[in-house]
Formats: sequence, C-alpha cells, structure tokens
Amino acid sequence: MPTLIDNTRPKTQTRTAVSAAARAKGKSQAAGGLYKPRQPIYPKLVHGKWRTIKWAMLIATLAVYYVTPWIRWHRPDGFPQQAALVDFTGRRFYFFDIQLWPQEVYIFTGVLIAAALALFLVTALFGRLWCGYACPQTVWTDLYIVVERLFEGDRNARMRLDAAPWSFDKAWRKIGKHLVWLGIAFGTGGAWIFYFHDAPTLIRTFWIGQAPATAYVSCGLLTATTYIFAGWMREQVCTYMCPWPRIQGAMLDEHSLQVTYLRDRGETRGPHKKGQSWEGRGDCIDCRQCVVVCPMGIDIRDGSQLECINCGLCVDACDEMMVKVGRPTGLIAYDTDHAVASRACGQKSVYKPVRSRTVYYAAALAVVGGLTLWSLVTRPKADLHVIRDRNPIFVRMHDGAVRDGYTLKITNRTFVDRRFQIAFDGVAGARLSQPGGEPGRVSVLVPADQVASVRVFVTAPPAADLAASVPGRFIVRADGAAAEAKTVFLSGAANPQ
Amino acid sequence: MALERETDDHTGVETTGHEWDGIKELDNPLPRWWLWVWYGTIAFSIAYWVAMPAWPGLHGYTKGLLHKSDRAEVAQQLAALDVQRGAGAAMLRTASLEQIEKDPKLQAYAQQVGQSVFGDNCATCHGIGGTGGKGYPNLRDDVWLWGGKLEDIQYTITHGVRTGADGARMSQMPAFGRDELLKPEQIDDLTEYVVKLSGRPADAGAVARAAPIFATQCSACHGPEGKGNQQVGAPNLTDGEWLYGADRAAIRGQIFAGNGGVMPTWQGRLSPETIKALAVYVHSNAGGQ
Ligand code: SF4
Ligand code: SF4
Repeated sequence: MPTLIDNTRPKTQTRTAVSAAARAKGKSQAAGGLYKPRQPIYPKLVHGKWRTIKWAMLIATLAVYYVTPWIRWHRPDGFPQQAALVDFTGRRFYFFDIQLWPQEVYIFTGVLIAAALALFLVTALFGRLWCGYACPQTVWTDLYIVVERLFEGDRNARMRLDAAPWSFDKAWRKIGKHLVWLGIAFGTGGAWIFYFHDAPTLIRTFWIGQAPATAYVSCGLLTATTYIFAGWMREQVCTYMCPWPRIQGAMLDEHSLQVTYLRDRGETRGPHKKGQSWEGRGDCIDCRQCVVVCPMGIDIRDGSQLECINCGLCVDACDEMMVKVGRPTGLIAYDTDHAVASRACGQKSVYKPVRSRTVYYAAALAVVGGLTLWSLVTRPKADLHVIRDRNPIFVRMHDGAVRDGYTLKITNRTFVDRRFQIAFDGVAGARLSQPGGEPGRVSVLVPADQVASVRVFVTAPPAADLAASVPGRFIVRADGAAAEAKTVFLSGAANPQ
Repeated sequence: MALERETDDHTGVETTGHEWDGIKELDNPLPRWWLWVWYGTIAFSIAYWVAMPAWPGLHGYTKGLLHKSDRAEVAQQLAALDVQRGAGAAMLRTASLEQIEKDPKLQAYAQQVGQSVFGDNCATCHGIGGTGGKGYPNLRDDVWLWGGKLEDIQYTITHGVRTGADGARMSQMPAFGRDELLKPEQIDDLTEYVVKLSGRPADAGAVARAAPIFATQCSACHGPEGKGNQQVGAPNLTDGEWLYGADRAAIRGQIFAGNGGVMPTWQGRLSPETIKALAVYVHSNAGGQ
C-alpha cells in the first residue's frame, strides 16, 4: 500500500476518518491553487485627527511628485533649465544647484543609506509611520479609494453594488471608476518620465510620437503597476509582496509607538445601550467601526499584526464612537507595548524615546548623513586621471634621454570653459611636452562640464641616473579649479636596451 | 506488463500504474496553463516558419514573408556607418596636417582613426605599441630613417619603402661582404670604426685602417661623420639606435649583407584621409618632431 505524506491537512485527521465528502472538498481546495482567495475589503470613510493628517500627507506627497519636474532652474546656456533632472543621455543628475556625474554615484549611495537609517530611526521611535502615511502604495491606494467612493458610494453602498446583478447602473459606475483609475495611473507614469527629460519638451513630443521609446515604455509600465497595485492588489502588496513589514519588524521593540487597542480598558467588550451602566465592563462597545474602516481589513483588537500599517484610521473611528457614547477617547491609540504592560501592573506608563537602539540609529544616521553632506560640499571642481602608456612603457631617445607617455583625463565640473595648465613634478630636469602643442606651454582647454583627454610626454634628460620607477605627480590648474594625481615615471633602468 | 491503474483513495486520483519501491505516481493532468503555453509555442513556431527564413532547400532557403536577412542588415549598417563617418572623413580631407594636429577636436578624431588603422595594418611589423623590432623601425622615439616631420611620415606611408613603385622611398646599402666588394678583414676593421662612431671603445688600429674605407665607401650616404642622411634613409651611426642590433656581430652582419626592409605602399589601400590620420597618430605618438 503506498504511503502518502500530506502535510497540508490537519494531523488529527487519520486516513480512515476521511470521508468521501472531505476528500472531494480537499480536492476542490487543491484545485483552487496555492493561495487563499482575497477577501474584498470595503474601507469605510472616517473623519478625525489622523485622517486629516493623512489627507494632508496625501496632498503633500502627490504635489511633490507631480510638481517637482516642472520647477525651472537657471543654468548657463546649453545646460538643462530643469531643477530636478536625471539626464541619462548627458550622463548627469541635476538637482537645483547640485549637479552630479556618474562617478559621483556614491553620493546617491550615501543618501540612500541615510534614508534607510532615517527610516530605521523613525520606525524605532514611532512604528510604521512610513507605511501609514508616506508610502506610495498607501498614498495611491487612498487616492484610488477616494475615486471608488465617488462612483460607488461608501462601504455599504459598495458592498451592495458588488453583490447586485449586473445592470446599467452598476456597469457605468464600474466602468467610470476604472477609467478614472487608469487616468490616474497614466498620470502617475506620465509624471515619472518628466524626471528624465526636459518636461515642457517631452510633454509635446510625447503626444506626437517623437519621445524616446524608453519614455513610452516607462510610462506604460508605471501606468500598469499603479493601476494594478492601487486598484486591484492594494493591501496584498503590503501583506505579501513588500519587504518593509519584515524589515521594520526588526526595528520595532516594546518602546515603539504603534496603533494599539487598550485591552485593559476595552475588555470585557459588548454592546451598550444608552443609559446602561459602565460598571463591570470594558469600554469597547463592539461596534466594529475600527474593523470596517481598516484598509487592511484586520481587527486591531486582536493585537498588533503584521498587516497593520499603523495608519491610525481605527483610532479615529474608535474616538468618534467613544465621543458618541460619552466615554474618554483613546481606547485605540498610538501606544507602546511597554506602556500597556506597565499599566497592567498599575505603574505609570512612560514613553521612552531615548534608548540604545534609537541612539545607535541616530548616531549612524548622523555619521552617514554628515559624510555624505561633507563629500557633497567639498567635492572638487576638477578631476584628474592619469593613464600611463603601457606599450611601450618608456621610449629611449637617440641621445639616451627617456620619455614616458601619459594620457591625462581632466574633468571640468564647472559651467564655464577652463584652460588647465599642466605640470609634472617628481623627476629633476624632466621636460613636459605635448604633441602638436607649443613648446614650453602645456595646457588644455576643457569645455564646461566635460572631460578632455590629452596626451603628454615627460622626458628625463640623458644620464639622469634614475631608479627604475620614480614616483611623480601631475598637477592641473585653472582659475578656480585644480586637481592632481599620482603616477610613476618608468626610466627603464632595469631594462637596459 | 499491463499497467494496473487504480484509484488512490486518499486523493481520489488515478495512478499511472507505475510503481517504484511501493511509491506510485498519481496521474494528475498537466496544468492548463502549461498546456496552453505549449500549444502557444507550436503556434508560434508555425508562424515563425511562415514569417522568417526557415527551411533550407537545394538552392537556398525559404525567405519568409518578412524577408529578414542579417546579411542585408549588416550591409545597411555599414552603409550607415560610412555616412556617419563621412563628416569626420570630410574634415580630415580638407584640413592640412598641421591644422589637424593643432585643433584638439580634429586631433582627437585623427588619433582614434589612426590608432585603429595602425592596429589593423601597421602593428604586424611595427608592434602594437609602435616600438618596432629588429629590422622594423621604432616609431615612438625621435630617430627617423626617412624623416619625422608630419609630411615625411605621410609621404612614407603613402608611397612605402623599397616597393619599386613610383615615388616609393628607395635606397640600397651595398652587400659589401656577400658581393665581395670588401675583404673580410676590411669588414672587421669597418665594424670597429662604426663601433667607435657610436662612442664606444674600439680597437684603435682597426679604426685607423678603416678610416679611408669609410670615407670612400660609406660617407656618401652616412655622411663623413656618420650622422646619416634622411634623404636616402641612411641611418645615423652615432646614436644609440640600431635597426639590426648594436653589437659587433650585428654590425658586421649588416655591412656584409646590406639589409634593407620593405614597407608597403599604402596609397590605394588606405584612403588619403586615413593616411593623414595615421600620420598624425604616428607623429604625435613619437613626440611630434
Ligand atoms: S507594507 Fe510596504 S507597501 Fe505597504 S505601506 Fe508599508 S512600505 Fe508601503
Ligand atoms: S488596524 Fe488600524 S492602524 Fe492598523 S491598518 Fe487597520 S486601521 Fe490602520
């Protein structure tokens, strides 16, 4: 008899106990696929302090996203006049007065690390503030729910509409909703591409089919992801796809603020009639308002959960009910596990923002942020790279003089053309020359914001009696910009000809 | 062996009847999506046969509705490349050699062209770095057989050396030994003389004996002081540069055989503007005389 091991069913079910009906059910479940089907969530509109803050954040973040590429910024002629621009073709990143080259990508790295550390710190202090208020997933989902409400009404109306058979009324509401959603999605993808091209130009060329293919592809991709993520997937993105909840879990501790149902005050819960006494029972009237407003579809009274994005909407919902029944607000509140535990044993609850964890995060943030800022502020206006000739590594002249060839790459990071004077230092009596250049004057004009490459020769006099390898350095200097770089002069001493 | 299919009562699925050590395989159907992808690939391959070149025949192959041809595409790209390079080539054509070398943009362009052309055509003999080898002149130093000015280099590349073509650089050192123009002892003496010319210690007696021979046989080309003559490609014998080697044996061998290398005539194989770029490349790499 074959033995089948199946871990998916409860251990208590023995094989003989499995009825034909249960088998059939098991089969149909298996056919249903790997995943639990999504339970639709119909968050109800709520008003209150946190909702207001969320509206403000929604407007602020969307405004930043849509407006930034349209800010103009004055730069010299020939340079982009757009404040924020990732110029892939020109290989530059512009942000107001900052202009970065690809090799300065470490500044981005610094900014990203600092951002991550800032997130660590905020999370350790205030819980998943990012998730609840600032994450694009949250913001766009909120926006999409606004549209949904506009077409289909609030929670109950939406539930009725979904349950109702197809009708003209249902159809136009659904179609209208999806069209507006797609419009927003297109606007989202559309705004994104303006960060990569001159916005006023692109908005024209986009419609007449003359924008770069990447613009259409990116726009299409972001349109699709926005529509799918904010319209269809919503809380599933947070629960199943996003790494943040997992990572943030490691930042939270018992002193972090998170949306908490004050069990000690709320239980025993139960319905309450006007005029009834509050003696011997908890404040939770089991109205389920906290559940119906939750965009994640969870019941916060079950304790803190992975799904909870700390948006505070259940706080608002509960506060509203508490006011109605004349009990103090704050049955659901931003609170810490530690405070809950202290209250349970009759101690005063204190919020402790300064802890070793937060101090470490803050210190790391200060260091990384400081270093990044420092390297940004002190970055040189010019750069020099020296590439030694490698074939041949030196050339002996007819009189015994030795000449080495170098290619200098001089970067001019300023917005004006500059003539750099070149000097070499390290070999006594050596002569610097430049093919095609005037004798005795070794210089190169580097156009604004460009790299110029120039070949130079260093000739050591005959009988200079040098070591095989002599350290030296090149110095390039223009008004207001200078750079130097180390190199070596190979005299061929070890390779007599 | 007839396979005995049975129904597994745990899952309600038939087994395939195969059994391995008591383990049986359930005969679950293929997943639908998998099957459809498979049908899709079949449909795709048929469409591909129709649209793209696919089947070989005796005298060619089916062209497909799209008439795609990689060969034609390459030809097209090459044509496009010519158009693209046209502007640069035109600049090189009209500018003088000095203008090219003085204008940083043109110079950089000529360098790029020159470098790749040098790698393709010249490096075989002169070495990828242009440092030459025995019998092949070093192009990186300041010693030139036929002149190191831009025009000289351009001329040498254009016409070549000892090719017999019209305008080619031409000269022939006599094979004093092989053709028995000089006696072996005289060649020995002359060898000492040449060693002495380049500032190295040499047998004084031999040098004295060779002086009149040098004056009559060699100075016509190499000059009375042995400083050479670029008109006839006669090397300077007083410097440290030796095309066929610096030691006595090598010098003696050269007097004996009178070797002279051949460099191709590049005119007709390379366009004039390519030769210009090549000249600028070689010239600036050598320090720009
Ligand atoms: S869980 Fe992820 S996607 Fe969801 S709100 Fe938080 S960061 Fe955003
Ligand atoms: S439980 Fe409350 S705070 Fe958490 S996601 Fe739901 S409504 Fe937001």
